[in-house]
Amino acid sequence: MSLIDHHDTTGEWLETLAAWMLGLLWLLPLLFAVWTAFHPSAYVATFDLFAPLTLENFATAWNAAPFARYFLNTVLLVTGILIAQFILCTLAAFAFARFDFRGRDFLFALVLIQLMVSPDILILENYITIRSLGLVDTLPAIALPYLASAFGIFLLRQTFKSIPKDFEEAARIEGCSTLGVLWRVYIPLGKPIYLAYGLVLVSFHWNNYLWPLIITNSVSTRPLTVGLAIFASPDQGIDWSVICAATLMTSGPLLIAFLLFQRQFVQSFMRAGVR
Amino acid sequence: MTGSRNSLHAWLLVFPACVLLAAFTHIPIITTFIHSFYSTPRPRRPSRFVGLDNYEAMLTDPIFWKALWNNAVYALTSVPISIALAMIMALFVNGKLRGKGFVRLAYFTPTVLPMIAVANIWLFFYNPQYGLIDQLLKPFGIVGVNWLGTQSTALWCLIVVAVWKEAGFFMIFYLAALQNISPDLREAASIEGTSRWTFFWRITFPLLMPTTLFVMVNAVINAFRLVDHIFVMTGGGPDNSTSVLLFHIYTVGFRFFDQAYAATLTMVLLAILALIAIGQFLLTDKRVHYE
Amino acid sequence: MTKLTRRTFSALALTTPFISTAAIAQEAEVRMYFPVAVGGPVTKIIDDYAAAFEKVNPGIKIKPVYSGDYIQTITKVLTAIKGGDVPETAILLAADLFTLFDEDVIVPIDGFVKTDADKAWLASFYPAFMENAKIDGKTFAIPFQRSTPVLYYNKDAFKAAGLDPNKGPSNWTEMREMAKKLTKKDASGAVTQWGIQIPSDGNTGWLFTGMTTGNAVRLSNAKGNQVSYDDPKVIEAASNWYDLSRVDASHPPGIISWGATPRDFLEGKAAMIWHTTGNLTNIRQNAKFEFGVAWLPGMRQNGAPTGGGNFYVFKGTSAAKQEAAFKFIKFMTQPDIAADWSVKTGYVATSAAAYATPTLKTYTDGFSQAIVARDQLQHAVPELTVHENQRVTKFMNDAIQATLTGAKPAEAAMKQAQAEAMRVLAAYK
Repeated sequence: MSLIDHHDTTGEWLETLAAWMLGLLWLLPLLFAVWTAFHPSAYVATFDLFAPLTLENFATAWNAAPFARYFLNTVLLVTGILIAQFILCTLAAFAFARFDFRGRDFLFALVLIQLMVSPDILILENYITIRSLGLVDTLPAIALPYLASAFGIFLLRQTFKSIPKDFEEAARIEGCSTLGVLWRVYIPLGKPIYLAYGLVLVSFHWNNYLWPLIITNSVSTRPLTVGLAIFASPDQGIDWSVICAATLMTSGPLLIAFLLFQRQFVQSFMRAGVR
Repeated sequence: MTGSRNSLHAWLLVFPACVLLAAFTHIPIITTFIHSFYSTPRPRRPSRFVGLDNYEAMLTDPIFWKALWNNAVYALTSVPISIALAMIMALFVNGKLRGKGFVRLAYFTPTVLPMIAVANIWLFFYNPQYGLIDQLLKPFGIVGVNWLGTQSTALWCLIVVAVWKEAGFFMIFYLAALQNISPDLREAASIEGTSRWTFFWRITFPLLMPTTLFVMVNAVINAFRLVDHIFVMTGGGPDNSTSVLLFHIYTVGFRFFDQAYAATLTMVLLAILALIAIGQFLLTDKRVHYE
Repeated sequence: MTKLTRRTFSALALTTPFISTAAIAQEAEVRMYFPVAVGGPVTKIIDDYAAAFEKVNPGIKIKPVYSGDYIQTITKVLTAIKGGDVPETAILLAADLFTLFDEDVIVPIDGFVKTDADKAWLASFYPAFMENAKIDGKTFAIPFQRSTPVLYYNKDAFKAAGLDPNKGPSNWTEMREMAKKLTKKDASGAVTQWGIQIPSDGNTGWLFTGMTTGNAVRLSNAKGNQVSYDDPKVIEAASNWYDLSRVDASHPPGIISWGATPRDFLEGKAAMIWHTTGNLTNIRQNAKFEFGVAWLPGMRQNGAPTGGGNFYVFKGTSAAKQEAAFKFIKFMTQPDIAADWSVKTGYVATSAAAYATPTLKTYTDGFSQAIVARDQLQHAVPELTVHENQRVTKFMNDAIQATLTGAKPAEAAMKQAQAEAMRVLAAYK
């Protein structure tokens, strides 16, 4: 269903125009940033269409801060969280979906609290916890509060519940253990949801800022977002072209991945949100 | 599937996740509550029980009230606008539209960018002398406005950034919901000669209600949770006009190192989130929420 | 760099006291938190200094940790210390003295000063910089990258406005007159060049201290437990600042970004700016026009705040490490390095001895703008340095911002700030 009435071509054109204008408006900031990043600082204040292109800003930005290390940290972090969440949330979701045990519903309700209260909200207390574990300024520390995700458990529980019991029974007849059933039946059938969930997860944690800001102190643990923020706040004065370049560099991977896998991205976000 | 052995299995399965959730969500909530009744431990003055003193101090703290007010304005403005835009975008993209893929891409792109990166770009735009906004508005005679440096405009500027970033994300949920609406309905309506507008209001909009509710809760939570852009763009200023609750908590906890007061402020934030959760629960049709 | 190393070596050989072999027997790692964004030209300079030090001090390894701006750095340092991970030294704001003292994380430097050479070294720093490095007569900090704000002005713009390009404004009234002449508008009435631009986000209070000192009033006391935000002269200073945009229309309205101001100056969007002398080298390298540097024009007298960072030594590391840190601090603050640092960044060199070195002598001979800040020292007072500094300063910053945005009249804003500040400081009386 759409707003477009098939018989009204003027309406249709107006609609298309409006959609396009909005789209252009939405892309404008990014386009402007791209333009600034590829032109020298001298042209920051003047929009000269024939200004010379340059890669110097990117070179300056790259050399000005250890972005390579920041990239590595972010990749390690996000991968670690992905794997851990998949495992932990799958196990928990399976239990909630297919087992009947005392206190199950109450426990599930408790789990759902984290949907509302993400670890960022409790930054100070979580910081104190990490500190008492002696893990301040380590990659695991950034990941720890997020390893068990209520969102993940909720989503996977939903998915598992929708898988017909026959499949499980068939597997059991063949002599599968509990974990075997999980591995052979539920996980494969839930693949599209895993993909969706994974993409949401990567996107969220690649872009996370506040918690990593507090918990990291040094280059060896800092992720891209924090690195960018520190880089962009110099005492000496802001160079917009370099900052735009650095900004593009840090959002680059996610942006490129999105452009290449646009369809899957959108489909999976849609799947993750359905219900 | 009952039985003590299966019960044991179940508990083993949920154990790791529950431990972590307890450690980083449930227990911190409890300790926040407790800490709000004690004073901040300092090297020369250890922590002591102060009852409601922290809460009293909070009620007389003008920055707290400003942050609360700002957060309310922020939430009550950015949420409806993002949702409305998201719905419009979804409707655009769902139908027959030339260059649908490009348009959808344009709407969704801001979502994949980190907020901190987005904030830097927008900081540049809002520059009163040569920023993009200034250049765009020049032909209209609006020049040299200090967007981020004026109390009356700063918060709205941040709201614009938030809406820009979030609308595309919510669009996806609406897209999913729209695709679940049977085309037969539209056919039936056009046979009866129903106008587009009526069709939208009477049929589409109500059918999208569950999604709207879901999106709305998400949006409101984000309005309290996402403060990254404040760090880069205004630092809470001018004169706390862009400070919101979580940002104030950060300032108090990590710049002033006032643990007790930060805990007190966090309790307010938790109370608000709890209210939202209860609100969602009451408004929700149980059929939609759980299956 | 080789020249510097050789010179440094000889300087060290003459001034460094005999180091006991026991102290350098085990390799000590000295971590120094440094308030600059990672990368960029400044980190290279610091890394070079560290390498030079290590060459002459085998057995001590220097590890700089670059941690963002001053606020980010002190947050990081205190966070690390509270996490049980104490660094050996750091460069933090001189103004953070009481905060660090109250958190009980710093040790007095006096304990390390034993030889006559050391005593001479300690006494060699400009008194203006040492004023807020002492508590109850004990020295807790050593100046490293100190600055005062100065007024930068665009000589080309001066010429175009018919003003003498070789003389900056000598007082506030003159600055107002000049600013009005320097403000240029285009055909539509929009301002293309502001006469004067003084940033007011972040570092608000620092520049404001320049105004209050110029108005013959002190904002805080030596004990750090009293402020005078509601003094009529302070209110007057805030009001005058606001009048620049409200009455004269020669200053951009609202809150101005500290970080964006140098770029605005370089772009010709502002003819005069107030900013740290630490930006001198940046402006010199990037200005496409001739520019001048002048003292802050005062309302009643000359006045400026000192600012910038000092070395602190932290409690809780081993005696050997603290000694190593002390050695490093002495190295970094000796005249040759101080001179080199001043040339490369624009910060004020911290001792007269530094200005006497050939490095700085040649530099300042060819570039007189570089001594403006130093000469201003005679009229300098410490910036706001009180207990719970961040919090108490923020009250003032908020009040200034309220005034500059027209949200509150200066008097009401400053009186409120005073009440809030004294409520916090009452506990320290």
